[in-house]
Amino acid sequence: MSAAMDTESTYSGYSHYSGHSKKAHRQGSRDRHKSPRSKDGSRSEKSVTIQTPPAEPLLGNDASRAEEGQDDNWGETTTAITGTSEHSISQEDIARISKDLEDSVGLDCKRYLGLTVAAVLGLLVFLTPIAFILLPQILWRDDLEPCGTVCEGLFISVAFKLLILLIGTWALFFRQPKADIPRVFVFRALLLVLIFLFVFSYWLFYGVRILDSKDTNYQGIVQYAVSLVDALLFIHYLAIVLLELRQLQPMFTVKVVRSTDGESRYYSLGHLSIQRAALVVLENYYKDFTVYNPALLTASKSRAAKHMAGLKVYNVDGPGNNASGQSRAMIAAAARRRDSSHNELYYEEADHERRVKKRRARLVVAVEEAFTHIKRLQAEEQQKAPGEMMDPREAAQAIFPSMARALQKYLRTTRQQQYHSMESILQHLSFCITNNMTPKAFLERYLNPGPTLQYDRDRWFSKQWTLVSEEAVTNGLQDGIVFVLKCLDFSLVVNVKKIPFIKLSEEFIDPKSHKFVLRLQSETSV
Amino acid sequence: SFFIFFSFQQRIEIHKLRQGDNLILGFSIGGGIDQDPTQNPFSEDKTDKGIYVTRVTEGGPAEVAGLQIGDKIMQVNGWDMTMVTHDQARKRLTKRNEEVVRLLVTRQSLQKAVQQSMMS
Repeated sequence: MSAAMDTESTYSGYSHYSGHSKKAHRQGSRDRHKSPRSKDGSRSEKSVTIQTPPAEPLLGNDASRAEEGQDDNWGETTTAITGTSEHSISQEDIARISKDLEDSVGLDCKRYLGLTVAAVLGLLVFLTPIAFILLPQILWRDDLEPCGTVCEGLFISVAFKLLILLIGTWALFFRQPKADIPRVFVFRALLLVLIFLFVFSYWLFYGVRILDSKDTNYQGIVQYAVSLVDALLFIHYLAIVLLELRQLQPMFTVKVVRSTDGESRYYSLGHLSIQRAALVVLENYYKDFTVYNPALLTASKSRAAKHMAGLKVYNVDGPGNNASGQSRAMIAAAARRRDSSHNELYYEEADHERRVKKRRARLVVAVEEAFTHIKRLQAEEQQKAPGEMMDPREAAQAIFPSMARALQKYLRTTRQQQYHSMESILQHLSFCITNNMTPKAFLERYLNPGPTLQYDRDRWFSKQWTLVSEEAVTNGLQDGIVFVLKCLDFSLVVNVKKIPFIKLSEEFIDPKSHKFVLRLQSETSV
Repeated sequence: SFFIFFSFQQRIEIHKLRQGDNLILGFSIGGGIDQDPTQNPFSEDKTDKGIYVTRVTEGGPAEVAGLQIGDKIMQVNGWDMTMVTHDQARKRLTKRNEEVVRLLVTRQSLQKAVQQSMMS
């Protein structure tokens, strides 16, 4: 029980921060704690110390090496691994600076500008037919011809068409913007321009031919207004096709790979611009990919660091221009060295698997046992024993202690402990009890790492993503495009492939044509 | 030295043995135009639908006469056996009024180099 309290107290301090910069803080502090330890580790592996004349730093050599010609060991010309503490500090700085920039004028202004322009234009467009009909009545009422039945029928038609247009626009366009994108939507901008030009030309015509000349044919004016509304309905249809329907048919298959652990998914997309495709990928990322767990990555980093840390190169010939020789010698030695790190990895993984399975078995048994202590009271029974009745929360608190230790140990082994606080576990437990879930259903959340949506939104959602692309982001998707979605901790590499053109031909099989023979191989003795 | 894989023809005369009411030859046949040639373990060409010797009983008349397992029977007493059904082959071999059958068989053999003898 105290162990559970421990984790809670460690992280309760962080729950007061908002946004994700706290996440960077946390990572930075963790890495800062780690780096002195790793330096100690490498120092202990040194066995011989030789006083050397000042040698050039290895990293500098590597950089110059990379430029020279021969790349025979291209697989091994990776630069030496540095500690992560410097990186996390600088990233934190960048995040802080960019956040400050955005909080000033920046993107919000652009988004609201776009919205207000569209709203103003929409209002103008909606009021135009009404204005066309009303203006002659206001300005030269006495000269107008009387409005007959046809004309009045047209009034009804205009009214209903405007109503339909209003409902259609509300359904289609009045939505909360769910994302901030770097560039303007091309199609939306085009449509707005089109509508503006259209309405402008109608007003121009109206102003010149009707207002100036004070046309008395009222029916003609009303018909003119009706034609405007008809054309607006058609533009609405065009908007539906361009903005909604065109991208529904799948044309591209997109592979999304997370850079830190290689988890990948495939999605089907239609004709979208790169920025819209990025939005779709991100929406699906939160739902499909398991949550990013930095604790799982430390193992491979430490392995890599150990591999290179044991080797040091000393220049015994004095400072000469032997930069190339040094780094090559180091790489060759590292490759030749008979290290058993693969062995270590194998046994470590097998051991870890065994431990996880054991803990999981203990956890399942503990939870099943805990759940047997709870029984739901039926309505009749509720009157009989009012003293012992508990609501779900109390019931959860009652059975939680018996499974707490096993759950805590399991979460520690699978490195998930930071995703589940005691409060969240209790909440989930009372939720499961209320909904008559079995122990297995309760455990489903803890046994497998779920998608990011499952966890507390404020702590784990990365709201700031950067789209890195070699092409303009308003370009449409093409075969072979690669773009990267970066957030602070990792990036998603997206590879676009076109769905191939499929030639489908038909073959008719007569149902009566299914015939068979026996194939024998008999042996007869004579 | 090297091995040469070739086939040669052999004439074999089998005297049937009387066993009770039957005359037996002492071997088993497989194959035929109504059978599946791909299941024949002895043929080199898996579309060959000829009649093959699949078993030779020990000490029987066929073994005594020199018939070997894997031989392809080309003729029996002058009758062609390369394009017959399994049952027709059986009938031609087990005619009650014949005591002797003369077979023309094809055998595949592995011979060591002729080259050695050529060199010496």
